[in-house]
Amino acid sequence: MRQKIRYVHRGKIVEMENIDPTMTVLNYLRYDKALTGTKEGCAEGDCGACTVVLGELTDGRIKYQAVNACIQFLPTLDGKELITVEDLREKEGELHPVQRALVDANGTQCGFCTPGFIMSLFAEMHSEPKADRSHINDVLAGNLCRCTGYGTIVDAALTIAQSNGKDQFHARETQTASLLHALGEDAGLHLTWQDRHYFAPKSVGELTDALASHPEATLLAGATDVGLWVTKQHRELATVIYLGQIKELKRIETQENSLKIGAGVTYSAAWAPLAELYPDFGELIRRIASTQIRNSGTIGGNIANGSPIGDTPPALIALEATLHLRSKDGVRNIPLEEFFIDYGKQDLKPGEFVETVALPHPKADAKFATYKISKRFDQDISAVCAAFNLILKGDIVEDIRICYGGMAGTPKRARATEKSIIGEVWNEETISTALSCMTEDYQPLSDMRASEHYRMLIAQNLLRKFYIETTTPDVPTRLVGERGFAYA
Amino acid sequence: MRNPPLSRNTIRGSVHSSRPHDSAAKQVAGEALYIDDIPEPKDLLHLYIAQSEKAHAKLLKLDVAAVRLAQGVVAVLTAEDVPGNNDASPIAGDDPVFAEDVVEYAGQSLFAVAAETLEQARAAARLAIIEYEELPAIITVEQAMAAKSFVLPTREIRRGDAAAAIKAAKHRLTQRFEIGGQDHFYLEGHIALALPGEDEDIFVYSSTQHPTEIQHNVAKFLDIPDHAVTVEVRRMGGGFGGKETQGAWFAAIAGLAVKLTGRPAKIRLDRDDDMIMTGKRHDFVANVEMGFDDDGRVSGAEFIFASRCGRSADLSASINDRTMFHADNCYYFKNVTIISHRCKTHTTSNTAFRGFGGPQGVLAPERMMDAIACYLDKDPLEVRKANLYGKKSRNVTPYQMTVEDNIAAEIITELEQSSDYIARRKAIRTFNKTSPYLKKGIALTPVKFGISFTATHLNQAGALLHVYTDGSVMINHGGTEMGQGLYIKVAQVVAEVLQIDIERVKITATRTDKVPNTSPTAASSGADINGKAAEAAAINIKERLTKFAAEYYGAKPSDVAFLPNRIRIGKQVVAFRDLVHLAYMSRISLSATGYYRTPKIHYDAETLTGRPFYYFTYGAAVSEVMIDTLTGENRVTAVDILHDAGKSLNPAIDLGQIEGGYIQGMGWLTTEELYYDDKGILKTHAPSTYKIPTCSDRPATFNMKIFERGENVEETIFRSKAVGEPPLILAISAFNAIADAISSVADYRHYPSLDAPATPERVLMAVQKISETARADNLTEAAQ
Repeated sequence: MRQKIRYVHRGKIVEMENIDPTMTVLNYLRYDKALTGTKEGCAEGDCGACTVVLGELTDGRIKYQAVNACIQFLPTLDGKELITVEDLREKEGELHPVQRALVDANGTQCGFCTPGFIMSLFAEMHSEPKADRSHINDVLAGNLCRCTGYGTIVDAALTIAQSNGKDQFHARETQTASLLHALGEDAGLHLTWQDRHYFAPKSVGELTDALASHPEATLLAGATDVGLWVTKQHRELATVIYLGQIKELKRIETQENSLKIGAGVTYSAAWAPLAELYPDFGELIRRIASTQIRNSGTIGGNIANGSPIGDTPPALIALEATLHLRSKDGVRNIPLEEFFIDYGKQDLKPGEFVETVALPHPKADAKFATYKISKRFDQDISAVCAAFNLILKGDIVEDIRICYGGMAGTPKRARATEKSIIGEVWNEETISTALSCMTEDYQPLSDMRASEHYRMLIAQNLLRKFYIETTTPDVPTRLVGERGFAYA
Repeated sequence: MRNPPLSRNTIRGSVHSSRPHDSAAKQVAGEALYIDDIPEPKDLLHLYIAQSEKAHAKLLKLDVAAVRLAQGVVAVLTAEDVPGNNDASPIAGDDPVFAEDVVEYAGQSLFAVAAETLEQARAAARLAIIEYEELPAIITVEQAMAAKSFVLPTREIRRGDAAAAIKAAKHRLTQRFEIGGQDHFYLEGHIALALPGEDEDIFVYSSTQHPTEIQHNVAKFLDIPDHAVTVEVRRMGGGFGGKETQGAWFAAIAGLAVKLTGRPAKIRLDRDDDMIMTGKRHDFVANVEMGFDDDGRVSGAEFIFASRCGRSADLSASINDRTMFHADNCYYFKNVTIISHRCKTHTTSNTAFRGFGGPQGVLAPERMMDAIACYLDKDPLEVRKANLYGKKSRNVTPYQMTVEDNIAAEIITELEQSSDYIARRKAIRTFNKTSPYLKKGIALTPVKFGISFTATHLNQAGALLHVYTDGSVMINHGGTEMGQGLYIKVAQVVAEVLQIDIERVKITATRTDKVPNTSPTAASSGADINGKAAEAAAINIKERLTKFAAEYYGAKPSDVAFLPNRIRIGKQVVAFRDLVHLAYMSRISLSATGYYRTPKIHYDAETLTGRPFYYFTYGAAVSEVMIDTLTGENRVTAVDILHDAGKSLNPAIDLGQIEGGYIQGMGWLTTEELYYDDKGILKTHAPSTYKIPTCSDRPATFNMKIFERGENVEETIFRSKAVGEPPLILAISAFNAIADAISSVADYRHYPSLDAPATPERVLMAVQKISETARADNLTEAAQ
């Protein structure tokens, strides 16, 4: 396997070896390269001051995406183009159109968050910019500014979206694409540094082998959780296997009865296909973290890390998703809900990894909804996340699957509540009875996100809300999102 | 532009014109240097502070032997190594840099490790052997009140007999509410970089709003004279009050590392350490009782405030004084008692935060105005108007200052019309009748904010102005730039006085060896006092040049006029740079200092009476919200703001302060929740758990305007007004609008009990409670 990292920066291929594979891109930029334009605001991917842009070849075109440099490990740059705030000025030192727009809009005050906003706006300019405030809110949800109140920054974003401007990156796209294409031909990567190892296999076969020989390895996908083990918990990771270079794991396949999502598929990539099948799932993805995190984090990682407050498992469980696990011994398919055994314990054998999750297509007459409750609408972790999947036959409940996050040590179905509903008429009385069953299903905890009392109350009220939405769909019940009454 | 054209009628960058922030182009390019961006010096040491894990405990053992032996460690800094005074407090001498014998909050500094890398320093710190004997910890205000645990004596302001007036009033209402604290969440955390110099000299880069206090604290910590310490700050990545006092210990520790090792040393707190270790906005419990007539006019008001000051005094005296000075807001309370308890708790020592106790003070009467209106079934705006200070009578504050510049009524009336408040309020009530789950609310709240440091001696400033022989100008002053646009405003003042384009004026980093004995950049006073000092320096130079030009060209000084980038002497016109060069050749000094002290103010700290404020700044906001009564989620959907900036020095900058202040205040009152567990451990110490507003939280409709008729009646810098803090208080309208929406659940017959911040949980609990009250009413009515 290859020993050197190769990535594109400023129009050239950069090679690196003998580096700590868990050094973050941010620390590398700031302290190794003295490229201090990119800032550290939180070191956990929540403030966006460290935003850089990665270019990747997708179907022959370069796709530019904003990510948080503070939690991305340096070797994950391999095969990609890196762009930082220092790279943007045009020839003759003129400000980049995005930079100019922010200055003209009076969009800077203390300026510490500014480079991160610039990079998010730069990535937006290179995707499909829309002069739409709620879209811009989604684009910028991962960039915190404590000074401006955001209005001037949104104004700049609107200007950029309306201007349809071109920059040096457009001008040299062909050259960059050919460099990236060349890097794409590289073999898999195996770095060693002191006693640390980093593998970036390029196929499922290579991954299976690597994991078989290093069953203790940390599997790394988007680094939106594992990155924090290093930056927040200051853990040392001896062996890391990165899934991000395996094309097979990035596939989304529509099959006859299901949608199959590879473990390496990011939230951003899964957003549209999921929204198409289940609009509420799309709204959930919109509410998960931020653009930067959605560009890195994966549905597979959200499942595999086993968190009780991951946002996608309740919805996936309610929708009867199946998990495909692979190891050297072959493939094992299990219902997703059985994967979560207990807090911190999943049904994953040594040498085994999550390969895909398969989500059934909507059944006729099924009604699905999912809700996320947090202190802040965007870029927050759920206090409670709920998902409901109801099948009615006439007015009788043929089946209902209810799953909550944040109510137990794992994402967990409300079995007693479901049982009280199935076979009954979908009416007020059934719901009232069901609500009282909820305390049999859950004994939630109190923490900084919510008290146990509120968690239980909200769990009950969300079932009520689902009932209201299914029976009186014209009554407004949502504050945000596409159906939001108060603005997304 | 080295040679600006001499034909223009106006200079570029005059006062009252909108200019972008002075560093904007550098900031967007990533080229503006913050302290951690300064190229690291050779041999730099990195510091890490070991913290107490207990809120209150005796330190039985602190053994750092293993730390000293760890890889990369160059020095371990403990209380025993401090040559001077182990204290970094602003006033009281009660903030040990390193704990001795006892720890009084979880996060308190125990010792520091200086190592070749930060990772080594952090890893080594874990090797210390620390033994605690835990002592009972007081965490909350309630616990402190029960234990009579105070960090400073309780203060009172009394006028008339409030208790008797309340008793005699036709109606009475009592409210108790909790007001949460707030983390500053400046994007750049605390940082200090110290460099060794000759003799005992130390040069410190510190992210601070108060370089002089950093200088004093480093000097006293190291037992060296103030002149041996130079502190510089070019810019901060946000301050908001959090860097008024709190930077001192970090600078002191970096200074000590330099002293002990002779090597440069840097200390940079990561987000979690910053939030755990440093002080925040004080949280309060307020009990308010008011007596009033059928119009809602208050005849007696009694306020009892209790705040969580934390383990030491810090600035809590002035902060809580300001709470007391703002419990009236815009309203005349004939008989009034204001009591302020300053609680000592085993939590981080709370500190300055934009508004400095004022916002908590204003929240109290603003809640009461709505509660009274609800009780009397009136529009809250009517009740507010009935209680406003008068112009000729009913115009003396509880602290005996006459309100001479009252424009609250004008601002409220204009905003009421421009926002279409009355029609919207009506429409909202109609909407709420037809929307069973989502409810809207609206509120209009005003603000009157006193401008000046209540510590009178701080109301002074200095500036240093050099004119170089090419006609370019350097201005330096004691104010610090934290994003608020102070530097550009002061540059505009200098450009205006000297009538030169602003590009010819450079403001340099704030340094204690350029302008000494400075005040903190705080109390919204930055442009007021430093602008005046810079103006004085520029006038000084202008007068010298005028005298010189008159003599040189054989004219009278009255014939000399400063026109844009040029000077006219009779019929002769000469470029500014040419006159400057001539002056230099004629041996005229081209360097001047400027000094300013705020006039008129006086204040008796014992009786809490006098004129603590030079003037007041006013504003008002209408906020509209929507809440989800099933979940408690809420959203501010629209805001209209009319704010008084006097004759604004720079409207673009001031609008930025107004919007930013409102959004920051909205965060304080809605999503930002500081959560301590029962052991006093802060659980919300990073953006993953502590939620400041993000882009979509900004109301979709955001109309704001500077009050066009605004002009300071006092002789402030070009008749402008301070703008930093007051707009934050406008966000009380958002909180009150949420309460209004909750009240709709009980058909507006009850005023909800709602604590701040109005998280979904608190809103849902308030909805539940008010629904139960309404149900009980209905049962009673049915029974009758």
